[in-house]
Amino acid sequence: MMYEIRDLRLSFPDMAHKPFLGAPPQIEILKGLSFDIPKGEVLGIVGGSGSGKSTLGRAMLRLLEPSSGTIRFDGIDITHRSEQQLRPLRKRFQMIFQDPMSSLNPRRQVRGLIAGPLRLHGMDNVTERVASALDRVGLPQHFATRYPHELSGGQRQRVGIARALALEPDFILADEIVSGLDVSSQAQVLNLLGQLVNDLGMTLAFISHDLSVVRRLCTQVLVLHHGEIVEHAETDALFNTPRAAYTQELLASIPLPDPYQEWA
Amino acid sequence: MRDARAHIRRPLGARLWLSGTWLSILALAAVFAPWVAPHDPLAQDLFLGRLPPFWMDGAEPGYWLGTDSLGRDVLSRMIHGARVALMVALVAGTLTCIIGASLGVLAGFYRGWSDRIISRLVDIWMAFPPVLFAILLIAVMGPGLVSIILAIVVIDWTRFARVIRAETLSQGAMDYVASAQIAGRTRFNTMIAEILPNILPTVVALLTLEMGIAVIVEAILSFVNLSISTDSPTWGGMIAEGRTSVHQAWWVLVFPLFTLFLTVLSFSQLGEGLKDRFDPVLR
Repeated sequence: MMYEIRDLRLSFPDMAHKPFLGAPPQIEILKGLSFDIPKGEVLGIVGGSGSGKSTLGRAMLRLLEPSSGTIRFDGIDITHRSEQQLRPLRKRFQMIFQDPMSSLNPRRQVRGLIAGPLRLHGMDNVTERVASALDRVGLPQHFATRYPHELSGGQRQRVGIARALALEPDFILADEIVSGLDVSSQAQVLNLLGQLVNDLGMTLAFISHDLSVVRRLCTQVLVLHHGEIVEHAETDALFNTPRAAYTQELLASIPLPDPYQEWA
Repeated sequence: MRDARAHIRRPLGARLWLSGTWLSILALAAVFAPWVAPHDPLAQDLFLGRLPPFWMDGAEPGYWLGTDSLGRDVLSRMIHGARVALMVALVAGTLTCIIGASLGVLAGFYRGWSDRIISRLVDIWMAFPPVLFAILLIAVMGPGLVSIILAIVVIDWTRFARVIRAETLSQGAMDYVASAQIAGRTRFNTMIAEILPNILPTVVALLTLEMGIAVIVEAILSFVNLSISTDSPTWGGMIAEGRTSVHQAWWVLVFPLFTLFLTVLSFSQLGEGLKDRFDPVLR
């Protein structure tokens, strides 16, 4: 198993309702989630805004520390590991962010953005690895000396993908990576991601609110609602025979190419 | 595939040119003051008192901008005054920047208790009236260049701390900080290598602004006779002396005042110009 997650809970202090003296009340974002991600699977995590899908993603990569429960990554308990203890593992799970304008440091060239993490983990042949990462995501080599603001949205997101890939991780989390792109760039980035998953046999978690995107890319789907799992099924099963009422609601909201034809 | 955006070299811009030129002239005059100044700035000659500037009737050749009521050459005094003004601008500005910006970055990046301590300290500090604070400090330490510089640092570090803290907070919320953590960078390393380059344009703009403010503060302190000893000419001191005879000899007041104005304006324009110029992100 790539990930084994048991009874995962995560709360934030609610500063808006903090009493004048004393501790603020806690808001529970994740309310006891349990699921596995087998190696080689592509798991779609869907849900409306505020469902906790991004929080779940950030907890899985330990950008956030869970309040209780356990997260095992490849058999290793990472639930409460300190940043220092996590560092050697960090190379094995990577993330692609929603907004590359924010996730790519505007002061670094593409070359530096991709090479930085490689150097941190003491990898060899950094120059070659950067070149092959650019190649993989279909960016020409001379883009290496560009700054993020000199790229288009789709190109930026490719740099984000290249940065994650260059470390050759076992697992990648993609958090709403196409929601900021126009439709044609979306299709290109999704095609690229699908192809990379096939070629490299990576495990991927794909967070999205867009079910049609998830259907195309994912082998399994996890539906979140108000911090709880309402359904976890194989993609085909979920789209053909949705069991939870909330899933049916989500499916009904997908715009169809032909409004008179139901999902086949 | 090459597009034009990638290789635009922006022109230097008029304000960068003008402010840079003025400040360079001033810096050269300050450094070479004993050789550039046509007269001894302290030499008095009561027979040559209140000479008007060169284009007016009754001007003496060699006294370009006239003389004050004691017959001292205004231009020479202004050139020597530039030494004090620029010294204070550079030293006080830089020290204030280093202290204030460091505290601001620490508070904004680490948040938590370091932010609480630094922010409360800033709040308390800013509740003191700054001019009184400076006067008190100089009264205790005695007048002199060091006291003035210290007074400026002590008063103005809060400006940097507040602005840089806010800037660091907003940069810290960007995903590139999270992605540095994903990449396995240490917190300290992230602050130095990721955040710092992004707040540098703001730091530079603030620094040059602070240099201008330092010049003004020095002039104010000279004006109330709390600057360095009265026999070193300063712009503020000249303005104070010129004030008493403004109806008979306006030039003693107006020339240093105008120089002060131009210098402070140049510092702030230099900062803005540099920020525009060296920010790779077109804002």
